[in-house]
Amino acid sequence: MVSSRINWFKYASPYSFYPLAGKLVPWFSAAATICIVFGLYIGFFVAPTDAQQGEAYRIIFIHVPAAWMSMFLYLIMAFWAAMGLIFNTRLSGMMASALAPTGALFTFIALWTGALWGKPTWGTWWVWDARLTSELILLFLYFGFMALQAAIDDPRRADRAGAVLALVGAVNIPIIYFSVQWWNTLHQGASVSVTGAPTMAATMLAGMMVMAFGFWFYSFAAVLIRVRCIMLERERRNDWTAQYAERTQ
Amino acid sequence: MARALLAILRRDLLLALRRRSDVLTVLLFFVIVASLFPLGVGPEAELLRTIAPGVIWVSALLASMLGLGRMFAADHTDGTLEQMLLGATPLALVIAARVFAHWLVTGLPLVLVAPLIALQFDLAQQAYGVLTITLLLGTPALSLIGAIGAALTLGLRGGGALVALLVLPLYIPVLIIGAGAVDSAAGGLDVTPHLLLQGAFLLLAAAFAPWAVAVGLRISME
Repeated sequence: MVSSRINWFKYASPYSFYPLAGKLVPWFSAAATICIVFGLYIGFFVAPTDAQQGEAYRIIFIHVPAAWMSMFLYLIMAFWAAMGLIFNTRLSGMMASALAPTGALFTFIALWTGALWGKPTWGTWWVWDARLTSELILLFLYFGFMALQAAIDDPRRADRAGAVLALVGAVNIPIIYFSVQWWNTLHQGASVSVTGAPTMAATMLAGMMVMAFGFWFYSFAAVLIRVRCIMLERERRNDWTAQYAERTQ
Repeated sequence: MARALLAILRRDLLLALRRRSDVLTVLLFFVIVASLFPLGVGPEAELLRTIAPGVIWVSALLASMLGLGRMFAADHTDGTLEQMLLGATPLALVIAARVFAHWLVTGLPLVLVAPLIALQFDLAQQAYGVLTITLLLGTPALSLIGAIGAALTLGLRGGGALVALLVLPLYIPVLIIGAGAVDSAAGGLDVTPHLLLQGAFLLLAAAFAPWAVAVGLRISME
């Protein structure tokens, strides 16, 4: 056997991942703070006022990155779910359950800021637009995943049942998305169109990208903190967790 | 293998025949939910005609979800399910046969009663055939997807409400395509694309759902 191969599974064990995650959290938190503060500064002070929507459009700097994150995080959750089913690693399931609340949070933020943006520009809090509807369904999928995991007491079964559900959901998401879009064009005819926005100023795009990076770093930090809690909780009967329990007291 | 599957089918149908009230409950639920809508939105014929496809489809969705809890529960408690998991017949095929039996008992009656409800809503005459065909294609897909939820929630507390939370978002494409087809037919439009999409979704569900159910059952029975 060649012994020089990289051990891909080294950090798949909670024992070695726990300290690594602990070291990474402050870095990601700092990066998130810097990016979000800088992004908000660009959004509120540097970016020009929109000719059509006035100042109301500035919520885009939170709304669009949150909507991106909501979708990315579901895919990442499904990825870890698949890893857990394939390699039978404990940490993958923990990652999936740590990702779900952050994903649901971003989905909710996207919907909420969308409503706040819709009121001054479209004159209504909610329209049954294809994007809004698919985002709402995505929120339901997150809730379903979390509800299933919460209903199962045995963590191993919770991980694997949640994994099956996340994968079925991931297969279904494109189908749901296209059917909702199709339903929308069928029923509503020409209505508010989110896609018909004028070309974006470079500073606006820059602000959105910085905010997106900030949300990424925030997600890393939040998920790592949550996964550390889950690790301690589930591994509390193992020897390695005892040292961390003592240190905090 | 075919003999084993036929035996499972026969057994499930016989069990349903002996417990006829279970079948009737689902059917009555469907009829009652559909009858509540005119009471809620008012008796204007024009409005009812417009919402008829959606009402019938949503009622069918809710009704088909109602029977999911029973799909594996009784066999789980008396140990039959464990024998099916251990048996020589491939589990996915066993599940396909069982879902088919479940559909015959809970889905097919809905398809047969739906035109009657459509009559109450004064649906345009040319839409009746399309309503029946889309329900024939759609309800088996509902049973297949629902079986995944039933397998994952097997033996959990609060199973009924939980299964709704898991399964209803996944039902959405069937609802959109099915109701859209009836809508188009009532408006005199071509419904071929709807029927093709509905058929495609059924094929996709039939190809993959039994395997997902098999994995789910093995997880639940560990």
